Amino acid sequence: MKKEIGVFVLLVSLCIVVSILNPRFLSPTNLHNMALLIGMYGIFSIGLGLVIITGGIDLSVGSMFALQGVLLAMMLSARVSWPVAVLAILALGLGLGLLHGVLITRVKLQPFVVTLCGLLFYRGAARFISNDETKGFGEASGFEGLKNFMTGDILGVPTSFLLLLVVSAAMALLLHRSVYGRYLYAIGRNADTARYSGINTQRVEAGAYILSGGLAALAGILIAFYTNSISPSSHGNFYELYGIAAAVLGGCSLRGGEGSILGILLGTALLQVLQNLVNLLGIPSSLNFAVMGAVILLGVLADQLLKNRPAKVSTT
Amino acid sequence: MNTPILQMQGVGKRFPGVVALDNVSLQVQPGEIVALIGENGAGKSTLMKILAGVYQPDSGQISIDGNAVRIASVNDAIKYGIGFIHQELNVLDNLDVAANVYLGREPKQGGPLQLIDRATLHRNTQQYLDQLGLQFSPETALSRLSLAEQQMVEIAKTLSLNARIVIMDEPTSSLTLKETDRLLQVVRDLREKGVSIVYISHRLSEITSIADRVVVLRDGRNAGELARAEISHDRMVSLMVGRDLQRFYLPAATPTAPGYVQVKNLRTQRYPGKSVSFDIGQGEILGFAGLVGAGRSEVAQALFGVEPAHEGAVSIGDEAPFLPRNAQGAIQRGIYLVPEDRRKTGLLLDWPIRENISLPALKRYATAGLFQLVNRSREQEIAESEKESLGIKTPSVLTRAGNLSGGNQQKVVLAKWLSLEPKLIILDEPTRGIDVGAKAEIYRLMRNLADKGVAVMMISSDMEEVLNVSDRIAVMCEGALTGYLSREEATEESIMQLAVAQATDHVQAVA
Repeated sequence: MKKEIGVFVLLVSLCIVVSILNPRFLSPTNLHNMALLIGMYGIFSIGLGLVIITGGIDLSVGSMFALQGVLLAMMLSARVSWPVAVLAILALGLGLGLLHGVLITRVKLQPFVVTLCGLLFYRGAARFISNDETKGFGEASGFEGLKNFMTGDILGVPTSFLLLLVVSAAMALLLHRSVYGRYLYAIGRNADTARYSGINTQRVEAGAYILSGGLAALAGILIAFYTNSISPSSHGNFYELYGIAAAVLGGCSLRGGEGSILGILLGTALLQVLQNLVNLLGIPSSLNFAVMGAVILLGVLADQLLKNRPAKVSTT
Repeated sequence: MNTPILQMQGVGKRFPGVVALDNVSLQVQPGEIVALIGENGAGKSTLMKILAGVYQPDSGQISIDGNAVRIASVNDAIKYGIGFIHQELNVLDNLDVAANVYLGREPKQGGPLQLIDRATLHRNTQQYLDQLGLQFSPETALSRLSLAEQQMVEIAKTLSLNARIVIMDEPTSSLTLKETDRLLQVVRDLREKGVSIVYISHRLSEITSIADRVVVLRDGRNAGELARAEISHDRMVSLMVGRDLQRFYLPAATPTAPGYVQVKNLRTQRYPGKSVSFDIGQGEILGFAGLVGAGRSEVAQALFGVEPAHEGAVSIGDEAPFLPRNAQGAIQRGIYLVPEDRRKTGLLLDWPIRENISLPALKRYATAGLFQLVNRSREQEIAESEKESLGIKTPSVLTRAGNLSGGNQQKVVLAKWLSLEPKLIILDEPTRGIDVGAKAEIYRLMRNLADKGVAVMMISSDMEEVLNVSDRIAVMCEGALTGYLSREEATEESIMQLAVAQATDHVQAVA
């Protein structure tokens, strides 16, 4: 909980500073827009967080978005009925997650390598299938309802944000209260002890990749409708890194065994506020990544220093 | 007599709660092969670690060539010409032979880039390979050499460091008969060149064939010496055994149902050529004795399914025989393991005691439905009741397992299984690193389990424990079960005879 409080304090102070420097930060439009983005990013960041808690990594998410976006747009413009198209995309996400899980737990390949290959392969597949042409949803005839739902509001709150709340609640229950969640932490902390305690470590670990794939598919649909035109070579670029950054900022350790849903949510929000800050404070948008990199570095540095201090005292 | 090249006098070393060495002396003459023998835990390794500069002695003196020295670090040991060949090889198998021999001391070409002088490197390495009569080239990748050849590379490295005293710790434990023969020849050749050898081995026949003198340690003290002419198998065994065995004593019990657990033809991955069969009665503690590496842990891991056996079957009571393929399978049948290394495979050290205890049982009392939620109040209850019944000394079940003493950690590992109604419980070195008081408690817990009708398999390298706690004793040697002893028949001597028996036949067959 200590880490979450740290990120929360950082988030709140950043919000206060930005709203003082530019009161537009608190305008309904800006808040609405941020909620929408936090919703989309939060959903797949949670999936990445689950994988990171097992001690793994998933680099393929951004390319999956391109592949899913292209396929979704092509299916819908080919008059495939929208429930079928949406289910197909979700199934694809779960299926690719299962593939990663099997390669990692059964074939014993390294998560970094497996999902790096995914990153390359899915991007290439998206570009090939689409003929490297930008795909869009046009007038959305036949699936207006779906598009309006995905990009719209419910009672003034963006759908993506509401979906994030639902996903977070379910995943928090799974991670923090269920037996499966306990197993994820156990495997991330010490896979041998987990195995010697009778846990089917392969199945549990593969499950994290499947969940990550499924959540990426859900986020992918939201992102596709949000951007509305999917350029296969750039759609979703770097998104996996936003997700990893959010999870790490929120307290997940890349060594595994640590992290929480609340932390990941706070990390995601912090990243979006940083993006927003660059826009609102008139910082050149070319500095966007530099600001984010610097803040994440400062965050983990502060965490490391705070963690080491009591240890030093006790040894003297 | 010449000035001994190495003299250790009155060396003492204590660790918290244990006296590892008490007034131990060891003398080695130039060009002499001294065998150092003793049971597991007799103090051989500690003595050698003092020579290597890993430990500092609390008392005593070490002299090299008659001059008193202090070996403060591994570098000091190298400086004094002491080289080590460890049981576990210390090579980098991603590099070639020459790179391994000269690691950290590579000849350089000079100039700003400090490139490695490959010609000199290979020439120098070749010289040592020739000296040892090795056929492979300095450029051979280590990964392409057999274990025995890799060991020869280590010996070459030791020679390149100008070692005059070479300490070999169980050098033949993973070698084939032919390779062992070859190694013994190399050892003899080294002696001819004036190198002194301290040879540590459990294989008494090897010692009979090469040692000039045998030094025996027992309980951290010198137990005797044998000159060349006096060396015999029986004399070595009788010097190694004979400890004071009265401290803990559980009267032997009779199993209520003999043959309750039947293990048939188990072939482990480590010893695929040997198969093991045995039975354990209900209510019986079957002690497994043997030297380190005899294959006892492998049997335990195969029965628990974490290192599945190639072949074999276990049956409990009237159930059909089966072969565990993973821990889940074993647990389902009521077979549980308290592993040898509790820190690595028994516990999540960063986790509270409560979560450690509940880990294997979580599913049994989780809520039904999609999410199978953890029943936290039940978890707390079970942790509290196990804490109470096992006497885990801790202020709270929320204490990190890593903060507990060894004995209490072991109780937490036991507690993981006790709520699950074991049928066969396997304890691998249950009291290693545990203080005397906690040991007695663990023994009582084992006895209670047995009295409740559990079959208990206890692997132990502590003779005292085997003799005083087991109802019956099985002895293993090099992957095979060499015999059973009843509590009445068992003595340190009779166990030792069985534990080294096969190793003897082994080398005699070659010699």
